[in-house]
Amino acid sequence: MTQPAPISAPEPAPAKKRSVPLWAQVLVWVGLIALLAVVAVGLRRSQQGTVQVDDKAPDFNLTTFSGYEYNGASQVKLADLKGKIVVVNFWASWCKPCEQEAADLQKAWLAYQPEGDVVLLGVDYVDTEPEARGYLEKFGITYPNGADLGTRISQAFRIKGVPETYFVDRNGVIQYIQVGPFQSVDEIQSVVDSIKAKK
Amino acid sequence: MAAQFGYGILVICFATALFAVGAAAYGYFKPSQRWVESSRYAMLLSFPLISLSALTLIYLIANNHFEIDFVYSVTSRSMPTYLKVTALWGGQAGSLVFWSWLMSAFASAVMLRKWDRDREFLPWVIVVCCVTLAFFIGLGVFYENPFARYWQTFDGNVLTAMFRPAGAVAFTPADGRGLNPLLRHPGMIIHPPMLYLGFVSFVIPFAFAIAALVTGRTDDRWIRITRRWTLVAWLFLSMGLVLGARWAYDVLGWGGYWGWDPVEIAAFMPWLVGTAFLHSVMIQEKRGMFKHWNTLLIILTYSLVIFGTFLTRSGVLSSVHAFAQSAIGPAFFVFIGLTFIASAGLLLYRWNDLKSESELQSVLSREAFFLLNNLLFMSVLVVCFWGVIVPLISELFTGQKITVGPPFYNRAVAPLMAGLIFVMGLAPLSAWGHSTWKTIGRAMWKPAVAAVVLEVLCIALGLRDPIALVGFFLIFLTLSITLYEFGRAVLARSRATEENLFLSLWRLIGRNRRRYGGYIIHVSMMVMAIGILGNAEFSADTQGTIAQGQSLKLDGYTITYKDLAIWDTNDGRNVARAVVEVSKDGKVLTDLYPRRDYFYDSQQPMTIPGVRSTIQDDLYVILVDWQPILSSGATFKVYHNPLINWLWTGSLLFIFGALVAVWPDRDPEYESARERARMARQPAAAD
Amino acid sequence: MNPPGNAPGWPGSRRLLISIMKKLLWVAPFILFFAALWARTALAQAPTPSDDDVNRIARQLFCPVCENTPLDVCPTQACAQWRALIREKLAAGWTDDQIKQYFVDQYGARVLSEPPRTGLNWLVYLVPPLLFVVGVVILVRTLRPSKGSKGGQGVEEIPAPVGGTPAQPAAGMEDYVTRLEEELKKRN
Repeated sequence: MTQPAPISAPEPAPAKKRSVPLWAQVLVWVGLIALLAVVAVGLRRSQQGTVQVDDKAPDFNLTTFSGYEYNGASQVKLADLKGKIVVVNFWASWCKPCEQEAADLQKAWLAYQPEGDVVLLGVDYVDTEPEARGYLEKFGITYPNGADLGTRISQAFRIKGVPETYFVDRNGVIQYIQVGPFQSVDEIQSVVDSIKAKK
Repeated sequence: MAAQFGYGILVICFATALFAVGAAAYGYFKPSQRWVESSRYAMLLSFPLISLSALTLIYLIANNHFEIDFVYSVTSRSMPTYLKVTALWGGQAGSLVFWSWLMSAFASAVMLRKWDRDREFLPWVIVVCCVTLAFFIGLGVFYENPFARYWQTFDGNVLTAMFRPAGAVAFTPADGRGLNPLLRHPGMIIHPPMLYLGFVSFVIPFAFAIAALVTGRTDDRWIRITRRWTLVAWLFLSMGLVLGARWAYDVLGWGGYWGWDPVEIAAFMPWLVGTAFLHSVMIQEKRGMFKHWNTLLIILTYSLVIFGTFLTRSGVLSSVHAFAQSAIGPAFFVFIGLTFIASAGLLLYRWNDLKSESELQSVLSREAFFLLNNLLFMSVLVVCFWGVIVPLISELFTGQKITVGPPFYNRAVAPLMAGLIFVMGLAPLSAWGHSTWKTIGRAMWKPAVAAVVLEVLCIALGLRDPIALVGFFLIFLTLSITLYEFGRAVLARSRATEENLFLSLWRLIGRNRRRYGGYIIHVSMMVMAIGILGNAEFSADTQGTIAQGQSLKLDGYTITYKDLAIWDTNDGRNVARAVVEVSKDGKVLTDLYPRRDYFYDSQQPMTIPGVRSTIQDDLYVILVDWQPILSSGATFKVYHNPLINWLWTGSLLFIFGALVAVWPDRDPEYESARERARMARQPAAAD
Repeated sequence: MNPPGNAPGWPGSRRLLISIMKKLLWVAPFILFFAALWARTALAQAPTPSDDDVNRIARQLFCPVCENTPLDVCPTQACAQWRALIREKLAAGWTDDQIKQYFVDQYGARVLSEPPRTGLNWLVYLVPPLLFVVGVVILVRTLRPSKGSKGGQGVEEIPAPVGGTPAQPAAGMEDYVTRLEEELKKRN
């Protein structure tokens, strides 16, 4: 049987050797590396815990609630408190475990306030002011307290939840981290006293 | 005992997969047929091994072995047995084993096909499949061990480990934590398997593409081999997405089905590229063009599958959907890095050899439309990928956390989807190689008239919203054109063969399953689009706290709170069920029973809506569970979702269309003999 | 009454004072009336905002602590407090934008459902359209070289329609091809 002439065989188009131009290759590799780098950093960040002991405490600026200023100042910068021991406590009015330690923190404050050597700062994490004030009044808290505006402070410390308390020594280095509520005033005092002893 | 056995088998399976990789590569380079055969057997062996391991895990779950950490975290005594089995994929470790099980099953299925014509592909297909398999099993072996158990040390701490730590004793909790109540729903039972099936089956075309690149077989053989795999993979992935949407609608209680959550997007991205790939390979089959592009697309699909799995499981993204933080992130990252680099390198290396066999000749040819289709799908992909990645970049450079949410995606994706609908309508009208506006216009004007008529009807019924007007017109146009193509072909065939219309339709579809299955899928997509558009533009909701006897009003409906009942069930739930009466224009329509289930074991509530579904809308009533639920006052949220059921019905039609497209053709010689016999029996066809 | 300016010393000032007070006495009722009216409308502006009003704003915000959950459907106590806050601000007469801005100041930009259009955030909105344009350019360049060579090879050669004569429909050509292929299959 004769082969019918092929009906749809176009003459082969001239073989075009399209090598990838150099700029395109560079672009592809650079893009790939950049993407991997971004993902790597994002991954590392998500795997990172909070700031750790022996890290320098991130500097921050706390705007206090009116009536809860520090020595009359409504803006408290951590850097300005160098030379003193600073206890930074993250809390929220909607946080049930925070209530367990609230009274103990106030007792600790009353114990250390006369010396002026230890500063206790309360940082209110994503909260609403009326409820926050209600919480502070309920536990009779008088130490300086302010809202974490824009969640900048909590992001700097990379907190994972509330309550968390960070103890910063006179040189601005973190010496102790408490995740979760304190069980008693003695716990708080023992940590502060041990930092004082280290000098 | 069983746990050690399960873990041991898992380790052996890991070793087997690694052996298969090594043997296949060695067999290729040496070259040695024996080594390649050996690797093939190793690949086949991995399936019974992983099955044993997975079945052991299921056994442990079904028999309440709460000393195993994974079992404790996903089941409890009060769960029914069928739910316990599905808890296999209810947590990270078990779902990794499940993933591996499916991967092994599919890879083994590939091994069982006839390889006579494609011997050269075999080693590299095995390498790719087994590297992927080994990676997922490896994650289970080294990081997320599903068989790890609890031990208690002398000072009371409970550890999780595979083998007994020094000085510890076995510890068995009395009951498990139970599966998250949100996951105890039929949609959730089948949604992960569907998604995993989709992900896993896309590995096969990727394996063949890599094999083609490595061996230098630059024709479209690999595409022809994997044509059905691609369609099946795409079917599973599509169903996985639809089921996830259905689950969200039924159970999450916010009246919607797609929230542009990063994890949803992580599953959506492979689907986008997979769809582009599905269409683009037809150009290569028909005209031998765009080989670079097709290879790139399948590499991208595989990469997005792995990348999406990584995003979901590593904790990089914040999402309601994501698994908990885990150590597998870095391992995943290394795997992704290696596969991206290897694939990109391989493609660039072979770039010159992938020459086109013909030239693009006409702006209106079908190839051009397919390219436009690809451009639009890739643009949607860019929007999704950018939206997911940009919060990471922003945090890296500015320290500021940002959220990229629904407004961003909806605004960008809607016009691109509209473009896709338009292209979907026109492409079947154009021919391969060349077309002109005249030919397309001639084929199109009748359906276009039908579309205009439907549009005018909508306007007459009161439709004024401009987005809906444009959207519905495009949908009507594409629907009319596709149905017209069907009708025209059926009429032509029926006239030529003197069969009745239904027989013609059946035979027509049967003889060209891929094309007409594809048309049915297009029609189903338009039906779904009607639902999506109607719901997006016209849904409304209201919320209010009412006492018994009072009502809420929404869009002409009145919802009256009639009764409340609260009781404890025997499977560990406290149920609060309200009775609400739905009426419209004074006529009572039905009673609905929204309820709130509180699960004692996991201490989590779940709301189940009462829904009245009709073809034109859903009326969806939920009990707001963070407010008190009392006769004197309960808070209800009512959603009115017009046309939403077109979405779910369309998806059923979609399954049918995909099955048609995938169904194997009968033996072509048998088929043509039958056709000849039939032709011979009939009187001479009038022409 | 004497013009105040001519009155000598203290008695004149006293008369001025009295005259002013007399005038005030006449005006006072009117002032009181309008003050009461204004007070009533001001008070009437504060009916409790409905759940729908609150949700209208909550829908556009994301929960500051939960993962990717819109504020109107978030079940946690913290979210309930924030919704109550929105209700309070609405009752106080704040506009939608003011309330959203307050949330941004308090909790950061991530409570918005899309990044605010400031500074580097513009990149978020500009990159996808840019890449789309790049894609269109690539597509056009892929299609353009063929625009010149209308004449193809073999059966795909179809003369470009000149004037108004309807060209040989390419669709018809495809049917012809299909029929030919069928014939070939039968022969083989």
